[in-house]
Amino acid sequence: MTTDTTTKDATAGASAPGEVVLDARGVTMRFGGLTAVRNVDFTVKSGEIVGLIGPNGAGKTTFFNCLTGLYIPTEGEVRYKGNVLPPKSYKVTAAGIARTFQNIRLFANMTVLENVLVGRHTRTKEGLWSALLRGPGFHKAEAASRERAMELLEFVGLAGKADHLARNLPYGEQRKLEIARALASEPGLLLLDEPTAGMNPQETRATEELVFAIRDKGIAVLVIEHDMRFIFNLCDRVAVLVQGEKLVEGDSATVQGDERVIAAYLGEPFEDAPGDEEVAEVEAAEAQAETTTDAAPGKENDR
Amino acid sequence: MTTQTTAPETPSAPAAAQSGLIGLPHRLGRALATGGGALTIISTFLSWTWTADFPGDLTVYGYPGGLQVLVLIGAVFTTLFGLASYGIKGLGWLTPGSADSALKLAALGTFATAWYTVIAISVELGGVVNLEPGGYLVAVATLAALLGALALPFERPAPDLADPDDTGLERFRHNSRQNWNTFKAAFASTTPAPARQLPAYAEILVIVAAMAAGLLVFTYGIGTEYDELFIGFLLTAGFCFAALGKSGIVARVSAITARHRTVTMAGAFVAAAAFPFTQSDDQYATIGVYILIFATVALGLNIVVGLAGLLDLGYVAFLGVGAYTSALVSGSPSSPLHVNWPFWASALLGAAVAMVFGVLIGAPTLRLRGDYLAIVTLGFGEIFRITVLNMDGTSGPDVTNGSNGISSIPNLNILGFDFGKDHTFLGATIGRFANYFLLMLLITLIVVVVFRRSSDSRIGRAWIAIREDETAALAMGINGFRVKLIAFALGASLAGLAGSVQAHVTYTVTPEQYQFAHVVPPNSAFLLAAVVLGGMGTIAGPLVGAALLYLIPAKLQFLGNYQLFAFGVALVLLMRFRPEGLIPNRRRQLEFHEETEAPAVLTKAGA
Repeated sequence: MTTDTTTKDATAGASAPGEVVLDARGVTMRFGGLTAVRNVDFTVKSGEIVGLIGPNGAGKTTFFNCLTGLYIPTEGEVRYKGNVLPPKSYKVTAAGIARTFQNIRLFANMTVLENVLVGRHTRTKEGLWSALLRGPGFHKAEAASRERAMELLEFVGLAGKADHLARNLPYGEQRKLEIARALASEPGLLLLDEPTAGMNPQETRATEELVFAIRDKGIAVLVIEHDMRFIFNLCDRVAVLVQGEKLVEGDSATVQGDERVIAAYLGEPFEDAPGDEEVAEVEAAEAQAETTTDAAPGKENDR
Repeated sequence: MTTQTTAPETPSAPAAAQSGLIGLPHRLGRALATGGGALTIISTFLSWTWTADFPGDLTVYGYPGGLQVLVLIGAVFTTLFGLASYGIKGLGWLTPGSADSALKLAALGTFATAWYTVIAISVELGGVVNLEPGGYLVAVATLAALLGALALPFERPAPDLADPDDTGLERFRHNSRQNWNTFKAAFASTTPAPARQLPAYAEILVIVAAMAAGLLVFTYGIGTEYDELFIGFLLTAGFCFAALGKSGIVARVSAITARHRTVTMAGAFVAAAAFPFTQSDDQYATIGVYILIFATVALGLNIVVGLAGLLDLGYVAFLGVGAYTSALVSGSPSSPLHVNWPFWASALLGAAVAMVFGVLIGAPTLRLRGDYLAIVTLGFGEIFRITVLNMDGTSGPDVTNGSNGISSIPNLNILGFDFGKDHTFLGATIGRFANYFLLMLLITLIVVVVFRRSSDSRIGRAWIAIREDETAALAMGINGFRVKLIAFALGASLAGLAGSVQAHVTYTVTPEQYQFAHVVPPNSAFLLAAVVLGGMGTIAGPLVGAALLYLIPAKLQFLGNYQLFAFGVALVLLMRFRPEGLIPNRRRQLEFHEETEAPAVLTKAGA
């Protein structure tokens, strides 16, 4: 029964698969003389998980802020389901785009349940008078909000901690709560800003599952992330921003194999760069070293 | 507090970890404390001084008077806690928390009150020769009880070793911090285990008893006739309340009140309404009605400051708007409008006009955040006062009569009930101020209901979200400006409502009643202080804070010009030692004691 209502409610924000949810055309953002984002075209279709990656300073956050109404693009426009985004962040949320924050921004002194209820703000209407007069409509709406919030907490696995203060949750659960809070506004598109920052591999894995489950509810997801393994496991499509411009866009294999992306992350090979022969030599030497020493080599960090 | 858990486990120094502040044997200490308490009880029935010159007549044998009653109350608490600390059956309910800490505080309170009295007698009458044997006895008995109580064992915090490279000053600071921690640990208490469920009628009886006790304490405090008695009252009440808190009984009672919120509220208002009936004349009802006006406005400010987090330093202007509006349509001869509206209409008009002003002032200022908002509201508060001052017919249009204000505001008359006359109910005579006290209580009730209902709703959650993190709240789809404007306008209209009664109570409204800072509350500085002192975001906090802030300057006349200085010192001390206020918000309480409190209470308690 719970799943029934969930899917029914979720479809309010979701739309038919394949339909373009987010459409950014020629987005350019200038701050004075600095062009942070230059002429980026970008689309997200419903039922899709799209990743946005790029080295530090590539303009990911600026672009993200253009999508959430914090910035108005200097040129170009962003459309959500055919309508140009309003310039206020609360209107963007009301339109159907929800977001999480890179550095967790929960309402620390409110309970877990209250946090999610705040997320329901745009989907409820009770004003001050209804709160003061407490008619039957008020109680009905409160009960419905609570029920929906508890469903969402169940969905992210925090139902047992509904009455805890948000500040007392462990880090991973705070991330989950932020996602639940964003989902409470019944979005058609969810923007996740580095959802696995500071997580251990198990937590990252759990977040992956959670994002897939959100996609299965028919909500499109856009992820900014530095964790390459996470991004390439998760996303149907990955776009790479470098120096404010979109370098390449495609599925994981395309992006991973693209030389320009590797160059952007690792830098251009310099003049006396080691050729293929030297590389082969080094690899052989390394392989020998690995067999002789038992010490497990530290796993390379993607970040 | 957390470090002390390791102390009892160190096998090397169990004796040191369990010793008291004073090196007496524990058994002797406990006996001394309990016996001292009992002896103090006896001594309060003796004569303390030979002449009735000292206020309160402490010369009578067998009949305690004035300060003796306060010492008696403290001594009874000391004795009861002492007996309970022996584990005597039937007294266990008194100390679900820590009997020893409660005993220490009660003994300290009794000692402070008794010695204050003895010293006051010696100083005022000129020497210790004026003490009768009873006076010496009480001094010795309370000192013995205090020494005995301080000898009781407690868990010392684990010593924090000093860095040998420290300079002298650093070592001194380290040592004093160490001593302070030890001192604090001496009074530390454990949280009581959750009580077993009482039947509902018993819980309601407990609430009724608590309300009756509250009314008794308040009535006694407001009725104290001389400075010495009021200081003694503050000492006894403060220490006894702290002792009850340490004994865990306050936690038990507040758990019960949290379960029966509506009963508690009804009980509190019945108790408050009973106050004028306990008085024989109108003298203290005057103080009562001024406290209520002050407290109601402070509660309205608590919506703006405590819930929405908007620091408003010009709030008293809205009280002024309400008062002036109501005065203008009251039929006063000095009002240019010669109309006499009924109370309900003038009150609604006062609230509505204040709301309009709230929106007008809020619309441009609420785009600012934090300190900037505080400064701008401070400016608007002064603009109101100066504008009213100038609308006297010479500097501007003749509306408010300038600095003379609108005077001779007639008394209210609701359905033939004349508020200016004495009435007799149930054999008690209710004077003019008592009439207004009851009317004002009704307004307070309205404000309390508005506060409670709005805080526990979609809009209240939005306010708290804005206070917690405005950027995140905007990203959740909350229209920050609109929601803040609602809080501002709601707070303004509640203040306007209170103002419309205030105009009738004071007969006259003048601009200087509505300054930023002034010696007499309500003014913006005192309103904010009442909210912060009592506890932000709670209902009881501003009420208690306002009562204290009004009573203390009104009762301690001898402070004279040092009133504001004493007030400042008190605020600094409070912010240092209890930043969450006297009655902390449950959110903040949880913040400080996250493991101990059951989290489920939070949702019931609302904000």
